[in-house]
Amino acid sequence: MINKSLKQLSQALAAKQISSVELSTLFLDRIERLNPTLNAFVTVDREKSLKMALAADARIAAGTAGPLTGIPIAQKDIFCAEGWTTTCGSKMLANFVSPYDATVIHKMHADAGMVSLGKTNMDEFAMGSSNETSFFGPVRNPWDTSRVPGGSSGGSAAAVAARLAPAATGTDTGGSIRQPAALCNLTGLKPTYGVVSRYGMIAFASSLDQGGPMAASAEDCALLLNTMVGFDERDSTSLDRPVEDYTRDLEKPLNGLRIGLPKEFFGEGCDAEVMAAVRAAIAEYEKLGATTVEVSLPNSHLSVPAYYVIAPAEASSNLSRFDGARYGYRAPEYDNLEQMYEKTRAQGFGAEVKRRIMIGAYVLSHGYYDAYYLQAQRIRRLIANDFVEAFKSCDVIMGPTSPSTAFKLGEKAADPVQMYLSDIYTIAVNLAGLPGMSIPCGFVGGLPVGLQLIGDYFAEGQLLNVAHRYQQATDWHQRRAAVE
Amino acid sequence: MLRLGGAVGKTFMIPYNAFHFKTLCAAIKSSDPMSLTLEQVKRIAHLARIEISDDEALTTQGHLNGIFQLIEEMQAVDTRGVEPMAHAQDVSQRLREDAVTEGDRRAAYQAVAPDTEAGLYLVPKVIE
Repeated sequence: MINKSLKQLSQALAAKQISSVELSTLFLDRIERLNPTLNAFVTVDREKSLKMALAADARIAAGTAGPLTGIPIAQKDIFCAEGWTTTCGSKMLANFVSPYDATVIHKMHADAGMVSLGKTNMDEFAMGSSNETSFFGPVRNPWDTSRVPGGSSGGSAAAVAARLAPAATGTDTGGSIRQPAALCNLTGLKPTYGVVSRYGMIAFASSLDQGGPMAASAEDCALLLNTMVGFDERDSTSLDRPVEDYTRDLEKPLNGLRIGLPKEFFGEGCDAEVMAAVRAAIAEYEKLGATTVEVSLPNSHLSVPAYYVIAPAEASSNLSRFDGARYGYRAPEYDNLEQMYEKTRAQGFGAEVKRRIMIGAYVLSHGYYDAYYLQAQRIRRLIANDFVEAFKSCDVIMGPTSPSTAFKLGEKAADPVQMYLSDIYTIAVNLAGLPGMSIPCGFVGGLPVGLQLIGDYFAEGQLLNVAHRYQQATDWHQRRAAVE
Repeated sequence: MLRLGGAVGKTFMIPYNAFHFKTLCAAIKSSDPMSLTLEQVKRIAHLARIEISDDEALTTQGHLNGIFQLIEEMQAVDTRGVEPMAHAQDVSQRLREDAVTEGDRRAAYQAVAPDTEAGLYLVPKVIE
């Protein structure tokens, strides 16, 4: 049961082969047994989960169930959920019990009738690529527990990879869904910016943050995306557009699909064996009827520098709300208001978060705003234009998700710049606001490799189709980590 | 609250010359490579309202300078005439009717506050 797809679980629930309470208990027991090793969840509340499962069973019995009613899911701890501790991986929010639901949570709970199994560990405020910046300790990769699961949605990735949950939510600001999906052998999708509401999703870099699904297959992701998207009055950048069914094109043949291969993604800088797996996947696509064409993203080497100006700038503004006055941590001792702020933030934030706030404060300060912030925004435009140009000659862009397989815990923790470079292939997609996916495409030394798919704006349906057809022809995505 | 707009001080090495990046690049090269002093690091920490010890400032200085070296790659790019892109979608800010749409949940929101009294957030005395 634990390895079944969401569609299979939905059928089993509908056929009364299993109840949601039984199914949820199965996963909650697994979490209890395996989470001490993996540290994928920071909050589990069996009573709350089973209450939701009971309500889902009632909906199923009453015949008012939707396709995902009663299906358990793990929630990244960046999403506020009413009555649940919502920490964002930070000491600052270690005791914050959210008084409201994020829109994504509300849609999953109230509308879809899904069962949240708990909140998953993550890099503090989603700032990291290894899950090592979490206040609650690192997450371990189920494929090799001496290695990182990637980040920032590392807990969600490890939870699904170890089948502590059938699926999970993630968020992606610079690769935080796609990179951990790649490192843990999952399918993860970052939608077009504005498609999934950011309301109640604790803000890191508001012009880049986007929530999305992480699961075992493209089909699972399509079902989840159907529950997550939609216009939201409460998110000022939510896009008002017609509702789509993301499963509709899954089976479409790939004949005539034009795959763009950016020459910048196939040069130096990527592990040779990872690259070989990516090339093999592209050869498989050719067998499925696709053709390839070389494209160029000439400014892609500037994406990491531009991102490390824009994201910290937005973060320094967003994280100014953590001042010890209205919610979250407050330093125990201080003499005046300014000290209260300074001590609260010094004690409540971890080193990486402080670094990024400080970079942001600097690049936005008088005299440096134009040279750094505006220059980064201009480069962002150049990067976005490169994609517009590339999509004139192809339908989907492919390349590696991450330049290497999962690295060892501690390997890059001491050097922020080395860590930043692990997102070298994913960041440009966020800057442009495009949809991107990572799908399993092979193994190197027993560790998963991810293939990145990048689509044009609002091409989620097409990306899912392209991923699904590959997953019907291959079984990489069905390989499971041995974590018993 | 955090204020980021104020002058940073006069000790920075790079001149403010936004529209002539060649000048800027030349300046960076001459000061080879751009690096923050310990005093500047402390000043930035203060702007960000983060208390920082001398030891932390030293470690932070090394890290920030490494990151700024990475960022410096941007400065060699000629972006004259390129419109800054603030957002992924070129849409204008949505406006709504000036009407109350949210219910009153003050009690629930204040329940998570460190210190409140009579519906107010308590902070140290600001005005003597």
